[in-house]
Amino acid sequence: MLQRVLTEIRIAGFGGQGVILAAAVIGKAAAIFQGGYATMTQSFGPEARGGSSSAQVILSTEPILYPYVTQPDILVVMSQEAYTRFAPQLKPGGVLIMEQDLVRVDKIPNGVRAFGVPATRLAEQLGRKVVLNIVMTGFFTAVTNLLDADAVRQAVDDSVPPAMKKLNLQAFDKGLEYGSMLMTRLAENGDSEGVLTLEVEA
Amino acid sequence: MNETTLEIPYEIPEDAHNPVEPFLRMERMPHIWCPGCGIGTTVNCFTRALLDSKANLDKVAIVSGIGCTGRVAGYARLDSFHTTHGRAIPFATGLKLANPELQVVVYSGDGDLFAIGGNHFIHAARRNMDIKVVCVNNMIYAMTGGQTAPTTPATSISSTAPYGVAEPTFNLAQLAEAAGASYVARWTTYHVKQLARSMQEVLNKKGFCFIEVLSPCPTLYQRRNKMGDGLDAMKYYKQASKVRNGAPTGECTLSKTGEIVVGKFVDRERPDYFELQRAQFVQTLGERYAEPEVSCCSEC
Amino acid sequence: MHADPKGVLTGVHFLDGDHACCEGTLAAGARFAAGYPITPSTEVVERFAARIPTVGGVFIQMEDELAASIAIQGAVWGGAKAFTVTSGPGYSLMMEHIGLAAMTEAPCVFVNVQRGGPSTGLPTLPAQADMMQARWGSHGDYGIIALCPNSPQECFDLTIEGFNLAEEFRVPVMMMLDECVGHMTEKVVIPPADQIEVTPRRFTKKPPAEYRPYQPAADLVPDMVKAGDGYRFHITGLTHDERGYPSMNVETQDRLVRRLQDKLKPLADGRSLCETADLDDAEVVVVSYGITSRVAQRALQQARKQGIRAGKFRIISAWPFPAGRIRELAGRVKAFVVPELNMGQMVLEVERAAAGKANVISIPHAGGTVHNPDVILKAIVEAAR
Repeated sequence: MLQRVLTEIRIAGFGGQGVILAAAVIGKAAAIFQGGYATMTQSFGPEARGGSSSAQVILSTEPILYPYVTQPDILVVMSQEAYTRFAPQLKPGGVLIMEQDLVRVDKIPNGVRAFGVPATRLAEQLGRKVVLNIVMTGFFTAVTNLLDADAVRQAVDDSVPPAMKKLNLQAFDKGLEYGSMLMTRLAENGDSEGVLTLEVEA
Repeated sequence: MNETTLEIPYEIPEDAHNPVEPFLRMERMPHIWCPGCGIGTTVNCFTRALLDSKANLDKVAIVSGIGCTGRVAGYARLDSFHTTHGRAIPFATGLKLANPELQVVVYSGDGDLFAIGGNHFIHAARRNMDIKVVCVNNMIYAMTGGQTAPTTPATSISSTAPYGVAEPTFNLAQLAEAAGASYVARWTTYHVKQLARSMQEVLNKKGFCFIEVLSPCPTLYQRRNKMGDGLDAMKYYKQASKVRNGAPTGECTLSKTGEIVVGKFVDRERPDYFELQRAQFVQTLGERYAEPEVSCCSEC
Repeated sequence: MHADPKGVLTGVHFLDGDHACCEGTLAAGARFAAGYPITPSTEVVERFAARIPTVGGVFIQMEDELAASIAIQGAVWGGAKAFTVTSGPGYSLMMEHIGLAAMTEAPCVFVNVQRGGPSTGLPTLPAQADMMQARWGSHGDYGIIALCPNSPQECFDLTIEGFNLAEEFRVPVMMMLDECVGHMTEKVVIPPADQIEVTPRRFTKKPPAEYRPYQPAADLVPDMVKAGDGYRFHITGLTHDERGYPSMNVETQDRLVRRLQDKLKPLADGRSLCETADLDDAEVVVVSYGITSRVAQRALQQARKQGIRAGKFRIISAWPFPAGRIRELAGRVKAFVVPELNMGQMVLEVERAAAGKANVISIPHAGGTVHNPDVILKAIVEAAR
């Protein structure tokens, strides 16, 4: 079962990064492979044009009534523009997850835990930059501890075409592994007020 | 029509007045058309074509729009559909796609097919949809009282152009050819034999076929334009018509009193919609492609 | 009868409402769709176009909505179960052919994924402002059925129901989605084909000589034929007699137009589709439909927590309007609260049915998003006072 009664998530970036697929994988993991409820909505039209892309996912242990995210508990950003636009909406005490090479953060909002991952570079190590969204999804799974990693992995497997399965599962594992290492490191070294990332630590 | 030479495979009632009665809903006679109107003449030619083509009449469907010619569907003893104004062609498209064994004939007027329905005409021709379109062109909106149509020749008087029409007219044959029709012909109601032969030809030809028939409207076009009655129209058609099979359709524009080029202008082979669609699916889907089975009638 | 397994994508899926609606059409037996692209509805036929060549059927993208909405009727008379999909301006263009389908009693489905209007309005954002248009948009008197799903799962389930009702009553059925439901992704369970009931077409058993196309059966609905079977029948949008022939006199008009409405009476009350809760002790009843019913549910939960006796009346079949059930409730509740994503449409029906026996409070919203649940809660609190 899901850990929390209701979690609001927003994922945003620019077109072509696979923002919607990342959101669909998270929703599907919760709703189909983990016995919970999930509602995903996405921005269409003018606000979705001009290169930006954004999706909302609500996860819950109960049927979801109100369909939109009002104040995200978790914000995942893969572009500077997405960060600038959506960071002010983040719930106090919420979680910010960012592609650390694409988003520069001067001051983390009060009470927010911020996690960084070089998802594009990790994806490039697998030979295909396009799977950065699934690297992000793996990283999300590790640092939020909201969903069962197996459920998310199944959702990845179920969401991509057969020819792309292997690559995407590798991407997921890569992000998950990176996130798990970060969490282990944090458990050893304690929290920090900056962006939590392996590289800064190193 | 020389009745003695007809071989009629249908039982004609003993009290029949006319050998085409088996093709018509006699219980609906008399029809609504005016004396001198040419629509009935075209229907006579159509029944002759059905006869000569030896079509299975259970598998011929006729679709009309709205207007005087739109009433043809109601008199033909076939599966018949009197639809909305201008939309006979898209209705016929759906009917044909759902039931490809049907021979689908659209029978409607110039205003219906080329003003309100013009867009449907060009797209059906572009697709080479396997339907046959007969346009009875009386150069006016007759049912509604003689308003200007896209086919009304310049300088003609109509109820909405009381000082004469200024707009250029549509050349329907050229439009049909440009849009992609497989077959294009034009006749007048004077040319009954040629018209019946063209109709028979299209009943045996695949793809989008178009026949334009000039037909008099003594009540609303000729009267207002001082062009006499139905007989005067016949005289005019006889005197002004020039048969030019294969004529470039661009040279076939009609005018109020000028030459009428008639004939079969286009008769070409193009893959029709079904062939194109099927080939595309087979190429991209291979064995995954399933032939359409559209009917929901499980026992049929 | 059961659904044809060829079209049924049995399994658990994560689908948006538009895609789920498409799966509903396939499960219901639709093998013909005609469409014209318009946001936010196009995904329904995009999926149909992708699915149908391997199921065995036809999709055609027509040149406009007028063409799409009559091509489906040609297909219906060719024997198909058929539908079209549109939104906003496209729905306005289809109105003439909704009238044709009602007049000729052609069973077919119109999916309308509602967006903000009037005119081009808000192409990518939700509204529920076509509810009156769905009922009254074509000229003349006639009846239709309209269903309002509030989730992707219902977009699947109710689309099958819509096709079944279309066949049973021989009417055009309006699937009244909205952009929010259409573009919302949730879990959708598609059962095995043998667990899906599909209503067969009412094909006549009479031979051609005895068949009269518009002779009503006991339920006021005539049996049907299709082209090519030797019946040589005539169909017209003109006022017609039982033979299907034009008959433009007062008596035929009266008989036909009355029957077109009366045949839907069983759906107005006894068989209307509604979802109710907490009505037994309710003093305030929230009447809602579509996406708004989910938002209203949140307000209802909060109201109950505050000790207010609030009940839920969720309309699923909006047309025919379930007037009898509202009338019955009006005698024993204080007020109805009616939130909807329009400036007050179905609330007029609630007022008509309540006939002054209960307060009726409209919570209008011009569309573009859904209501804030607090606004509905405030209205409940005030109505209970």
